This record gives sequence, C-alpha cells and structure tokens, in this order.
Amino acid sequence: MSHADAHAMHPPTATGLDTRKLAIWTFIGSECLFFASLISTYLVYKGKSLVGPLPHDASQCMLDGRMQQCEGVFEIPLVTFGTAVLLFSSYFVVKALSGAQRGNRKQLIGWLSATVVGGLFFVGMQVYEFYHFFHKGLGYTTNVFSASFYTLTGFHGTHVTLGVIWLSTVLVLAIRGKLPPEKALNLELAALYWHFVDVVWIVIFPVVYLMK
Amino acid sequence: MATSAREHAHAPAPSKTGLWSWLTTVDHKRIGILYGASAFIFFLIGGLEALLIRWQLRIPENNFLSAEAYNQLFTMHGTTMVFLAVMPLSAMLFNYLIPLMIGARDVAFPRLNAFSYWVFILGGLFMNASFLFNAAPDAGWFGYANLTSKQYSPGMNVDFWVIGLQILGVASLAAAVNFFVTIINLRAPGMKLMRMPMFVWMSMITQVLLLLAFPVITVALVFLLTDRMFGTGFYIPAQGGDPILWQHLFWIFGHPEVYILILPPFGIVSEILPVFSRKPLFGYAAMVFSGAFIAFLGFGVWSHHMFSTGLGPIADSVFSLTTMLIAIPTGVKIFNWIGTLWGGSLQMKTPLYYALGFIALFVIGGLSGVMHASPPADLQQTDTYFVVAHFHYVLFGGAIFAMVGGAFYWWPKMFGYMLREGLGKVQFWIMFIAMNLTFFPMHYAGLHGMPRRTYTYVAGLGLDWLNLVETIGSLGLAVAFTLFMVNIFVSFRGRKANPAPADPWNGATLEWSIPSPPQEFNFPEIPTVEGRDPLWTAKRKHGGPLPEPKRVDGSNIHLPNPSYWPLVTAIGMSIMLIGFMAGGLPVNLIGVAILFFGAFRWAFEPTG
Ligand SMILES: [Cu+2]
Repeated sequence: MSHADAHAMHPPTATGLDTRKLAIWTFIGSECLFFASLISTYLVYKGKSLVGPLPHDASQCMLDGRMQQCEGVFEIPLVTFGTAVLLFSSYFVVKALSGAQRGNRKQLIGWLSATVVGGLFFVGMQVYEFYHFFHKGLGYTTNVFSASFYTLTGFHGTHVTLGVIWLSTVLVLAIRGKLPPEKALNLELAALYWHFVDVVWIVIFPVVYLMK
Repeated sequence: MATSAREHAHAPAPSKTGLWSWLTTVDHKRIGILYGASAFIFFLIGGLEALLIRWQLRIPENNFLSAEAYNQLFTMHGTTMVFLAVMPLSAMLFNYLIPLMIGARDVAFPRLNAFSYWVFILGGLFMNASFLFNAAPDAGWFGYANLTSKQYSPGMNVDFWVIGLQILGVASLAAAVNFFVTIINLRAPGMKLMRMPMFVWMSMITQVLLLLAFPVITVALVFLLTDRMFGTGFYIPAQGGDPILWQHLFWIFGHPEVYILILPPFGIVSEILPVFSRKPLFGYAAMVFSGAFIAFLGFGVWSHHMFSTGLGPIADSVFSLTTMLIAIPTGVKIFNWIGTLWGGSLQMKTPLYYALGFIALFVIGGLSGVMHASPPADLQQTDTYFVVAHFHYVLFGGAIFAMVGGAFYWWPKMFGYMLREGLGKVQFWIMFIAMNLTFFPMHYAGLHGMPRRTYTYVAGLGLDWLNLVETIGSLGLAVAFTLFMVNIFVSFRGRKANPAPADPWNGATLEWSIPSPPQEFNFPEIPTVEGRDPLWTAKRKHGGPLPEPKRVDGSNIHLPNPSYWPLVTAIGMSIMLIGFMAGGLPVNLIGVAILFFGAFRWAFEPTG
C-alpha cells in the first residue's frame, strides 16, 4: 500500500495534535527534569572541590600538593563561539523545515546540511575543550567540579550527537527525495528535539561558564 | 462497516499463536498479559524472599540466615516488590485497560509498548541473575550513599542494583510517554477528559509522575555508577562529595514513586466500588482533582524521608506541613469512596470484598503515615518496624488488595472465564486476617525500638511473641496466594462450564461492551461516547441488559504489523548498560551497535 494511504488510515486524534509530535513534547518535558537534576548537582558542588584545577581563576587553591594561585580552565571565547554556532543551527533547521513544507528541495537540503555541520562543529568544539582540560590536569575524577561538569556537558554533548545522527538520517531521506511536503513532520520532530537541545545549552552556558 | 476500518492489502496474516507470535506481538492486550504474568512471578519471588526474612525473625538470635544473606533478601524483597511486582502489575492494567476504556484499537505506539515490556523483563531478569553469582544487591532498596560506595560495597551486588534499575527506568519512561500520549490523543469521539473512567484518570496522572520522577533517579544512579566504575566522588566526602545528595535525588524520585505505586490502585477501587454499589462514583470531579493535587504535592514532600539527617528546623517544618497537607486530598478520596457505597445497593461479589478491604487497610496505613509527618515523632519511628508497618499497610493493604480485587474484576474480560467466587472470598478472609497478623504487631515492635534491616534481635526485649505472630501471619499470606493460584487453575480447568459473558458485573465502562476476551481489534466500530458511565447509559436507553455482542470478522480492520525490532533494540540497550559492569567498553559498544541497528530497522520498517 502507498504511504499516503497509510497516513489517511490514522483516524483524527482526540485533540487534533499529531500523536508523534505530542510524544516528542512529552519526552522533552521528561528530559527537562533530567537536565535540571544534572544542573542542580553542578550548582550544589560549586566551590566544594577540594583540589584544583577549578573553572575560574582562584587566588587560593590546592594544586600539585600545595596551596597556590591557579588559573581557571574555562576558555570563554571558544565556548561562546560554539554556543553561537549551536544557536544558529536552530535557525538553520527552521529554514530547512520551511523548505521541506513548501517542497523546496534545494532550500531543504542546503539548510539541513548547514544544521548538521553546525551540530558537528559544536561536538568538535566540545571534544577539543575536553581534550584541552585533560591537558590542564582536569580529569573526570579530579574533583567534584570536574565530575559534575563532565557529566552534565557530556550528557548534553551526547544529546547533540544523537540529534546530529537523527538530522543526518532525515538529510539522507531528503537527498533521496523521500521527504515530500506531506512528510515534513519527519523533519519537524527532529527539529523540535534539536531546539530543545539548544535551549538546554542556553541554560548551561550562563550557569556553568559565566556565573563565577 | 465503520469508516476507520479500511481495506487492508497485506500478505497472509502472520500466525497468531506460538512463541514467535508472543515475541513479536504489538497487541496491547497480549503485552498486558505478558506484563501481568511476569509481574506475578516476580511477586511470588519477592514473597518468597519475605517468607525467608520472616522465618529468620520468628525467634530471637536465629541463625537460619546469615547477616549477608538477610541483607540481600530484604534489599531484593523491596526492590522486587516496588519495581518488578507492583509497578508492572499496574503496567499490565494500563496496557490491557486504557485502550479498551477510552475506545481505542491500541496504544499510540504499539512497538514502543513492546519495547517497554522487553526492556522491563530483561531488567528484571538481570537484577535477579545476581542470585546466581551469590551477589544480590544488599544495600537496601533505597541504596543509601555511602553504603553503596566501592569502599563499603566492593562486590558486584550494588552494580547489579544500579544497572538493573537503570534498565528498568528506561522501560518505565518509554511506557509513560506512550500511555500519556495514548490517553490524550486516542480517546474515542465524545470521550472528553472529564468523562474518562477514573482508572484512566489515575493512570494518566501516574504517567506524569513517572515522566517527572524517573529522570531524577536516572541521574542519581548515573552518579553512583560513575562513582563505582570510574572513581568520581559525587557521594564520597573524602573527594568533596556529599552522601546527602543521594538522599535528596533518591527521595525526589522516591516520594512520587509512592504515588506511582498507589494511584493506579486508587483507580481500580474507583472502578469497582460504583459497579458493585450500582451507582455512579460519588464526587467524580473531586476525585480527579484530589488525585492531581496529591501528585502535585508529592513533589514537595521528599525530605520527610530525611528528617533524621538534620536539615534544620525550617526545612523540617516546611516538609512536615506539606506532608500533612497531602492527608487532605487523600481524605477527600476516602470520603468519596464511602459516599459511593452510601445508599448503594451493594452486590457482595469478590471484587467488592477486596475494594472494601483496601479502604479499611489503606486508612490505617494513611493514619500512621501522617504520624511520621511530624519530625519529633518521626525521629522516634524512623528506621524502626513502625515504618515497615506503615508502608505495608499502604502497599500490601492498599496496592495489593486493590490489585487482587482488580484481578477478580477484570479476569473474565481478559481470559473469557470467571474465577470462583467462593474461593475468592475465602482467600479474602485469609488474606485480610493474615495481613493484619503480619503487619499490625510491627507497629508495637517498632515503637519498642526494633530496628529495620537488622537480621536478628536479642531475646527478652518484649519482641519475641510479636515477631512470632508476624511470622505466623506471613504464612497465612502464603496460603492466601496459594489459594489464588488454585483458583486460577480450577477456574481454568472448568472454563467451558463457566464462560464469561461480555458484561458479567453490569459494568459501566466501555471494556464491558465487547466480547470476553476482546477480539484483536477491540472494537469493530469505534464507539461514540455521550457521558460518563457510557454502558449504563446504553443499558438505560435499551431498557435492560444489552444483547450479548457477537464476535465479528475483523479481517478488514487495519492493525499494526508484528515486529521483532523492539526486542532487538531492548536487547541492545540492556547489553549497552550491562557493559558498565562486565566486559567494559567493547560490550558497551556492541550494545550501542545492536541498539542503533534495531532502532533504525524499527524506524524504517513498514508499519502496515
Ligand atoms: Cu514520602
């Protein structure tokens, strides 16, 4: 049977909302609590680390076995740039979706590729950042800052990675011509998730990187 | 034929029997039965663990069990009953009943539903596999830090617990998304929110609790996992961590979890009482809002589990007040149940016995709960058998009584034959008396200072005979559930002579409008609902009992195809998590590979 048939077969829903869209929204609601727990833990452990390195410059901290002045590990400019790219990718996916809905293949594929590239750039930025921190002596188990920081941003990065995989899958569909306007919802669902992942980062960025 | 029943042009229908059909099923009724059967087996295992505990405690200074074995048994008893028995028994009813009660052909995502079940059963089996290694979890169902740290629990015991719960959490979350969306979106025409059966309402509130509470324990368990596997110090003071963080995260999940366990039984009782009182549920709207209010308040009371950690007078006062506040909506519910019975023409059938038992016992459990809402009283009661008495009145006297009542009530619908009334009533009286013998003396033992989670006690403290009575009571409970199994066996043998009609109890809700057991597509035509208690309305209009609905040929009704990808995906997910404990990164990656492979095939398989 054709796919158009398959769609017509679903009776209208009780609320008029699409069932898959409602499921994504529900899932996002649940994920809010997941990240809220991680962010709360980061905040609870702020300033509780017994040894350095620490996120921000500190006049007194325990490093290499003695109290000394130590330099913060955060590279704000780099992360600010990564944040901007991630935010722009949210805009890109909106453009891609409008292309999908209007049947404009070029717009769809172009902007969706840009979204995927933006996501990949962000993940790359994070990998570089982690690598850099390791070199400054900040291992996963160094202190409670590093444990809560890596866990929080690591889970966010995993979400971004999953989003990139999802968007890339949709991109492949689009390139193969399997994303006609009536199936634009397949992109919209991924886009909803993508926006959510961005919004979480908008909370993480000031709370983790900017708040001293 | 109904417009929603479309021509379907498929290859010959796959076989509907045999092992393969169960492994690939996406039918909510079959998945419900799988949940129910699995949960009942786990319930028996958890019960056996309880009996061993009681046998150890029947006399003072007994050496029937070692302290180590005792720790494993009480931990697994709690964990099993909460996560592997009561929650999946509710899941059985969500699965079986929600689509039938709202007039739908299946849940919103049938394959996700199968996935939830497979993840659940793998998690349950994994957790219990720990016994094979003589390393069952032994740090309590609450897993307090830093008892669970690598330093104090070096064995695999706690690893089994952490990873087992992580797997089970995925099952619960996937199911919660599914049922929430199902209830919101798949209601039949006219089934407005305020016309939904009370069981559906309580189920929906439960899904919201699951969605908001489980992510928190997921995070708590992630921290514990990294502490144990990689050496982080989330809960380890020597590394700057704080064991109290675990308690906060665990109880922010744990108190809502209590309502996850009890709200579905509230729903069951709210279905049984009106039918056997022959009058509509008293105060429907108040029931809905009190349920929602309980759930809302449930997120603001967690620290009443932590009074003894010394949170200070302000936190203690606030959490004490919010906890006492919950007594109000709960009281509203109890009065409404009594109001439903009041002036009704009571049909003294087995399900009603259990519903009445539920009310009586739950009130006792509720009252002792309010007692430890007061911090000074709680400091006396915490970690004693008084608390054990309290939550067994709520969970055994409450949840299990409602579940057994629900089993007698819906059994004919699910299996097409009646359970024996006489045996059911005998079981009720044994269960009711034995339950009180087992758990009532625990109040006294607790107030005399008998500590929980301790494998023995010395003689001459006034605890000896109390414990003996408790052990005798627990044997009575074993008899009661043996009788239940005998009932199932005898009724099954005599099923030809005792077939269930579509509507054996003069029910009010849609599931009684279709044959018992329902056909695969549930409703030949999607019903239209004009009010609450739709079936009573129909019978009134008809001027008497409705004619027995006929089994119809549904070959032209579109149903989702069976699929084994949910099972493959569930296996991948479990392997991925088990890798943290055995095999390390390669096993994690194999799990991820199977997970992605399964998920992609799932996403791109034709749903028919
Ligand atoms: Cu509580």
